[in-house]
Amino acid sequence: MEFQVPTINILLIAPAAIVAGWGVLLMLIELFISDEAQEQWRQIVPGLALVGLALAFIQTVGLWGYDGGTFILADGHPMIVVDNFATFLNIIFLLTGALTIFISVDFLRRTGLERPEFYMLMLFSISGMMLMGMANDLILVFLALELLSIPLYIMSGLAWPRTDSEESAMKYFLLGAFSSGFLVYGIALTYGATGTTQLPGVMAGIANGGSLALAGAALLLVGFAFKVAAVPFHMWTPDVYQGAPTAVTAFMSVGAKVGGFAAMLRILIIALPGLGDVWAPALAVLSALTLIVGNVVALVQPNIKRMLAYSSIAHAGYILIAVASAPASPDGVSAALFYMFAYLFSNMGAFAVVIAIERKTNEGVMLDDYKGLAKRHLGLALAMAFFMLSLTGVPPTGGFSGKFFVFKAAIEANLIWLTIVGVITSAISGYYYLRVVYTMFMQDGDGEVAAPEALKWTVGFAVLVTAVLGFIPGPWFDIARQAALQGMQMVAGG
Amino acid sequence: MDNQILIDYLPIAVLLGISIFFAVLLPVLSLTLGPKQGAKRNLAPYESGMTAIGEAQRRLPVKFYRIAVLFILFDVDIILLVPWAVTFRKLGLYGLYAMLIFMVIFILGDAWVWKKGVLEWD
Amino acid sequence: MIPLSWYLLVAAALFSIGLYGVLARRNAVAILMGVELMLNAVNINLVAFWRYGRFPEQPVGLAWAVFVLTVAAAEAAVGLALIISIYRHRDSVVAEEMDTLKN
Repeated sequence: MEFQVPTINILLIAPAAIVAGWGVLLMLIELFISDEAQEQWRQIVPGLALVGLALAFIQTVGLWGYDGGTFILADGHPMIVVDNFATFLNIIFLLTGALTIFISVDFLRRTGLERPEFYMLMLFSISGMMLMGMANDLILVFLALELLSIPLYIMSGLAWPRTDSEESAMKYFLLGAFSSGFLVYGIALTYGATGTTQLPGVMAGIANGGSLALAGAALLLVGFAFKVAAVPFHMWTPDVYQGAPTAVTAFMSVGAKVGGFAAMLRILIIALPGLGDVWAPALAVLSALTLIVGNVVALVQPNIKRMLAYSSIAHAGYILIAVASAPASPDGVSAALFYMFAYLFSNMGAFAVVIAIERKTNEGVMLDDYKGLAKRHLGLALAMAFFMLSLTGVPPTGGFSGKFFVFKAAIEANLIWLTIVGVITSAISGYYYLRVVYTMFMQDGDGEVAAPEALKWTVGFAVLVTAVLGFIPGPWFDIARQAALQGMQMVAGG
Repeated sequence: MDNQILIDYLPIAVLLGISIFFAVLLPVLSLTLGPKQGAKRNLAPYESGMTAIGEAQRRLPVKFYRIAVLFILFDVDIILLVPWAVTFRKLGLYGLYAMLIFMVIFILGDAWVWKKGVLEWD
Repeated sequence: MIPLSWYLLVAAALFSIGLYGVLARRNAVAILMGVELMLNAVNINLVAFWRYGRFPEQPVGLAWAVFVLTVAAAEAAVGLALIISIYRHRDSVVAEEMDTLKN
């Protein structure tokens, strides 16, 4: 067979390449920092990492509206596609990274975790997330997933030799490796059933794949369910979220989850629409379980980080509702995208407040530490209350709009029972979210709050976006719809 | 074809079932049937007499581990290089450039390892 | 020629053994070995599917097996580093004893 050089347009992968390359660059620069200059180096690394993210952001925004691919092989299928779906998700990932840097600089300094590798590992992880959204080939999905996960394993253990951090890293690693074993076995079976790993090729071949394809799809789902922490594959989440340094928890509660959903959506919608009547009900059941377990177990958590871990499980359930309704509702994917965008800001904001309250590593993360926050720092308390309302889904917040669109998509897809489960569990979630608000405003307590400028501005920004998403969701949803439509069009166009 | 694959996979399903069954069964059995260790005392190295004292944490040299990881690194590097070497002529310049990029990144990594002093034994 | 299903059976058996190892073993190193077995089972599958597949002229399965190996090596390196780090502080690599994270 004659070898044909793939068509490559390097500009299209530039966002991910910049982020990864920037990480490599920072690592190399660090080699030449003398011992005396280490202190200054530690202070400028976060800024440098932000510059890298900003460069990638500019490039990403410039690609909005573009629809094409790069690394196009001889048979005309690209390995990497750049469409609005990918661009939208890339923006989410870059924002996640930037917000994480803003809220973690002071936290890391004060807890003695100021290790420059945190930012470099984060850049690598972000590049993996970005590739998850752009991957059009199952091999690349797997590689991107590992690129996303492996830095996260290390980041969870950032606070070594603290036992809880090491334990969290170990658990995350063992279960993450375990789940990627399932995922890659599923990909191998899919490859066996269809003879190709390219998503469009898989779509064409899946109809004749028979039981092999079904087994492959099932294992793929299990792998992704682990990554996005859907019940019953969620066991690792609370421990990992609790043990990891809070800055890392904030990063992975948004980044890793959205990354998992990015690849899940693209694979399910583009490669496996033919099996839609099989995976949609399975996902619906999964999502109902996730909603119930996540929200009910969160009720009894005295530790805020653990509570937010279960809450993040529950939110994976809401996104899963949207995914499950995607085959039957035109707005399923866009509802999922919008929900993730709103979740990014509510959750990041909540974690920013948690970081402000946390005095030392994993001290001051219990609910009792929030007593009287309203008297100590009214601004943060109000912001936290707003984020809690948004996570509950009370109007007029981004969380409400997100849930509204998700439930609307579910009703369109005739998943009435799932909508009812979603509404009831939202009501349940109100109990543990509003308990935080009650503790902050109605009880007395003392303790210092560390709210440097960067963190305040981040919280303010998150409040602003959450409010805007709540008051005028329309235009934002249209953007999400544009992002989702292209994914669907590719299905129609073959 | 479809049925054939289904039949082929029956043993796998059985095997999977058995392995999951055992994986669940054995811990459950050891939990329910095994002797209960009640007090924390029973778990101590010496149940009676002096309490064990001394540093439970001891330093463990990691240099062997570092060398082992470096070995894996070069190992995998070779795995990726060999297929390229085999198809060198077919891939032509494109392959050369692709591998050049890969090798540059790899060598940068090596430089990092070297500069960080991982290669020094003492 | 040996039929494809034999290879698939070997791979599935290996995968199940790995799965059993992950679920039943308590030592973190043994769990990691189980994971590696699972990934190697995937490699057998990939190469077998390539050899018997519809497009043997496209060595996708082969190329992919190389990538899986690479990723497995990276995972093992990180995992063993974590295990060593824990062992240095705790003198134990038993997964069940890692139980400080409870409420």
